[in-house]
Amino acid sequence: MELEAICSEHNYLRIKKKFPTVWCSGCGIGSIMGAIIRSVHELKINKNNVALVSGIGCSSRMPIYMDFNTLHTTHGRALPFATGIKMVRPDMKVIVVSGDGDGLAIGGNHFIHACRRNIDITLVIINNYIYGMTGGQVSPTTPLGSYAHTAPYGCIDPPFDAVKVASGAGASYVARASNYHIVQAAKYIKKAIGHKGFSMVEVMSNCPTLFGRLNGMRDPVDQLKWMKANAVTIKNWEKLGEEERVGKFPIGEFVTNMSRPEYTQVYEEMSRKAREEAQNGQS
Amino acid sequence: MAKKKIERGTPAFMQGNEACVDAAIVAGCRFFAGYPITPSTEIAEGCSEKLPLIGGAFIQMEDEIGSIAAIIGGSLAGAKSMTATSGPGFSLMSENLGFAYMTEVPIVIVNVMRGGPSTGLPTRLSQSDVMQARFGTHGDYTAIVITPSSVQEIYDLTIHAFNCAERFHTPVILLLDEMLAHMREKVFISAIEDIEIMPRSYPKVPPEFFNPYEITPNMVSDSVPFGEGYRFNVTGLIHDEEGFPTSKPDEVVAKLHKLRKKIHLGRKEIMRWDEEYMDDAKYAIVSFGTAARAASSAVQKARSKGIKVGLIKLKTLWPFPGKRINQIADQVRGILVAELNMGQMIREVDRYVMGKCRVQGALRYDGNPLEPEEVFEKLLVLRATKRGK
Ligand code: SF4
Repeated sequence: MELEAICSEHNYLRIKKKFPTVWCSGCGIGSIMGAIIRSVHELKINKNNVALVSGIGCSSRMPIYMDFNTLHTTHGRALPFATGIKMVRPDMKVIVVSGDGDGLAIGGNHFIHACRRNIDITLVIINNYIYGMTGGQVSPTTPLGSYAHTAPYGCIDPPFDAVKVASGAGASYVARASNYHIVQAAKYIKKAIGHKGFSMVEVMSNCPTLFGRLNGMRDPVDQLKWMKANAVTIKNWEKLGEEERVGKFPIGEFVTNMSRPEYTQVYEEMSRKAREEAQNGQS
Repeated sequence: MAKKKIERGTPAFMQGNEACVDAAIVAGCRFFAGYPITPSTEIAEGCSEKLPLIGGAFIQMEDEIGSIAAIIGGSLAGAKSMTATSGPGFSLMSENLGFAYMTEVPIVIVNVMRGGPSTGLPTRLSQSDVMQARFGTHGDYTAIVITPSSVQEIYDLTIHAFNCAERFHTPVILLLDEMLAHMREKVFISAIEDIEIMPRSYPKVPPEFFNPYEITPNMVSDSVPFGEGYRFNVTGLIHDEEGFPTSKPDEVVAKLHKLRKKIHLGRKEIMRWDEEYMDDAKYAIVSFGTAARAASSAVQKARSKGIKVGLIKLKTLWPFPGKRINQIADQVRGILVAELNMGQMIREVDRYVMGKCRVQGALRYDGNPLEPEEVFEKLLVLRATKRGK
């Protein structure tokens, strides 16, 4: 009843249908879902005009609970599905939620190419450093030396930096925050959704059940404290030496490029010219 | 829809892949996403040129996995959508092909077959993907697989493929092969108003009463694109009539039955095959695609020598006209299956013959077409085989 009262104000959740969620108590995904909802609400975007697309994993369950046009796809493939929607309906707001495994491992190639095209899609990567849904295996963002069920002696694979990849591949808005810095995360998500072009916000999220439990942070608060302790603003990050950076991560806005042309607009422009040329050729 | 014959119209001379593009556009295709692969590239090239001119969208994706994902997204957003590929790309598409079956999204996938396995024979002829087209993705489902055998049939059956996809809310696979794709032939193109085109079905109820996967008498639900105020959920998980994940046994069974029954109940609209000289036939050749051209010539030759043989040319492999094959098995002494693989459709034919007559193959899998002479020779072997062999 309490939930219903809270939700009646916004009406973005399918509370009568699919609640409670599959997420563990203490999981960070819910806060990020809240941030997405508030962004859409504050930007006054019509719900009918929002497509929320995801792949497979804990965070990819999110669309099922939200009252938009929702598409829960296959593992790693949310971005190309979203690309198809955007090509056909450039007027729609297309938001993709993905995890670190979904978006950066199996979906890594699609991630790079969506950034490259600068197609107007917002990607929210919820990074919990581990494969949650399959029970705690090592992921592309698991820090060196951290434990997972497929890294019982500590992770030896250097982690992937989603921010660097997105920036290098051409995304025109790139930001990172954490669940501890949820107000900041919400601000970035809102900016990303309002941005015209490919935007990526990585939010570090707490997973007490798996990453936390396997790495000495069983209590959700412990992991939030860990984020607080290790997040560094971009300005301070610049001042740190190589060794001081180990185990820390920079948060903030890394790219805000308003001048890169957006893909569906470029396509529209190209088509218009081609039509004109075809007409002139005929007459 | 399936009954109406497309009237003969203006003649044109075109390549198989070109005919596929033109027919797709006539059928209403407004979105193509693809990845280059021989021998299907002319389809992507044609779409990249023509779609922007008519307000459609084209995109070259980073791989075939992304290509099929994009057209499923495009179809959900309201555009009739197509992709084209060949064996290796078709293998990559398998996963999301399953997604389209599960989520009942209309799309058309053209597989211009080449030799396999793996990279195989990129520029040579083969029909070795027919079982993959039926069973390629995991899980239980029913497929619609269409096989033209001339450029005219590519034109007509591409339209049929789009109509079936829209009518039954399902992926439709159009199997071409290297020879058909690149051959040039005369095609008669009807005036657009004479061609029957299946539009998208829109719901008759307001959003609050809309169930995207409603179980109906013909097992096909109404659909509506994203962005029209209906805000439903689409998932590759087994789902209930509202589109939400379920693992309740009765709902699981209902969904799987829906996927199978909608095709089964609509099979008369979907199935197409041609028969030649079957009235008095004592032998029959069953064939499809490029191989059917050699089979047809072999039948002519046999008839000129007084051998009573007829031809069954399959234009849809699935749903399979099993009942008709079973009837023919009562009429003839033997059936020869001509195909360019090590024997795939022959199993399906054999399954419906039920031991009532001999079944032998005229098979070729070296990358070259079957010659009419070879099929004729195999026919003589079939005739000479003693009963029970
Ligand atoms: S496993 Fe971790 S990420 Fe998944 S729902 Fe539980 S706490 Fe959240």
